[in-house]
Amino acid sequence: MTIKGKAYIAGAYEHPTRHAPDKTVAQLHAEVALGALADAGLSRADVDGYFCGGDAPGPGPASMAEYMNLKLRHVDSTELGGASYVALAAHAAEAIALGKCDVALITLAGRPRSEGMATGTTPRLRDPNQPEAGWEFPYGLTTANGYAMCAMRHRHQYGTTSEQLAWIKVAASHHAQHNPNAVLPEVVTVADVVNSPVIADPLHRLDCCVISDGGGALIVVRPEIAKKLKRPLVKIAGAGETVKHLAGGTFDLTTSGAARSGPAAFAEAGVKPGDIKYVSIYDSFTITVLIQIEDLGFCEKGAGGKFVADGNLISGTGKLPFNTDGGGLCNNHPANRGGMTKVIEAVRQLRGEAHPAVQVKNCDLALAQGTGMQLSTRHCSATLIMERE
Amino acid sequence: MATTRKISAPVVTVETQAFWDAARENRFVVPLCTACGKAHWYPRAICPFCDSGQVEWREASGKATIYTFSVMRRAKEPYAIGYVTLAEGPTMLTNILDCDFDALRIGGPVSVVFAATEDGPPVPMFRPV
Repeated sequence: MTIKGKAYIAGAYEHPTRHAPDKTVAQLHAEVALGALADAGLSRADVDGYFCGGDAPGPGPASMAEYMNLKLRHVDSTELGGASYVALAAHAAEAIALGKCDVALITLAGRPRSEGMATGTTPRLRDPNQPEAGWEFPYGLTTANGYAMCAMRHRHQYGTTSEQLAWIKVAASHHAQHNPNAVLPEVVTVADVVNSPVIADPLHRLDCCVISDGGGALIVVRPEIAKKLKRPLVKIAGAGETVKHLAGGTFDLTTSGAARSGPAAFAEAGVKPGDIKYVSIYDSFTITVLIQIEDLGFCEKGAGGKFVADGNLISGTGKLPFNTDGGGLCNNHPANRGGMTKVIEAVRQLRGEAHPAVQVKNCDLALAQGTGMQLSTRHCSATLIMERE
Repeated sequence: MATTRKISAPVVTVETQAFWDAARENRFVVPLCTACGKAHWYPRAICPFCDSGQVEWREASGKATIYTFSVMRRAKEPYAIGYVTLAEGPTMLTNILDCDFDALRIGGPVSVVFAATEDGPPVPMFRPV
């Protein structure tokens, strides 16, 4: 049993807003749903499967299904943090392969910017029933200093420098300059990044992603439906997912769950890292990208610093064009969850609908990689490989 | 141990009550599985390595080395968070106190010290030795 070839991404839509004080989160979910349906050439009545993360207002699928007035025969609100939407695209393909639904709608929306959330720098006690809560919260673990500890360890083991990490932001900014909706459309230099204020050693302000309102949606359909629609055919070829955690206090913070979800996805798709023409890599921070590209096999473990500093992530010149929308680092990180926009930009690339300045030539195979929650403790990883047919 | 940063009280559960009781007596204990002989972190009633329920609290040396760290410069009062690898084996999240932030280094030796919390038992932290 495989999902390879069993489902196609027929619709993809990224909300143009980056600041939505005048809209509700539910409204944003509905707007992106309608946007993706219009993109696919389908209507709300065609949707019979609904997929969202655990953060959708409600929580779970019920409230949004009601708000949008969906009639459903399959639902899934798998919660993998920001990686959820990469995994949900695969889950939609699984459901379609099993005959549980024909047209799957996946939505994400949120307003951390309007709500004034100190996303990365404030410790948050999420649920006292989490068994680790008492062992982390008192120490002031935040998103930023958690990822920073991974960067510090990577530097220690492999000599990765702040200047090398900065190249990841530089590459993202080279792409974002062509995106009129990007939060940070200005091209930045390595010096700009390393001279920006330190948030948590060794990460600087410009090593961090943006905080933005907005959202996105995907429509995944069975092959017979995809072939009747007028959109280019983007086939789901393979997927993997996992959780990487601290394993009782025996762990290596320089690796991520991509080391497990990636090979699973490559195996299902029957392709190798060298075959991939474009990658969307979750970029909550520069270090997140570095660790994942190593774990996915795009370069040797520990060689990521040199790989990115050689300009390899820049479309048109590099070997591994990434996040050509500007990614979370420069464009958009709606709801503090970057997995959705990762899949959307991969779909644009496979359709040949990315901005001409960043469109990868003959882009017939793309990978989207999501990492959700906290790289330095527990995180979810989802990898999705898509093929242009 | 003095720190001006307010430390939130830990979450005390039936699984970890004994740890926090020991902490109130300034004793640092680690959970050790008597079936497989391994210590783990964070503490739990079931050994994550061999699934045995024979986990006992053992007095720890309090000695550790820094696995990684980061100084939270963005905070009103910067603080050092880090993972330290205990002499007993497992690596745990903590804060590093009484240190020159710029002199911290991975591999550096540290020892346990308990820091008062706002309204709960003290929590184990570490300082360079």
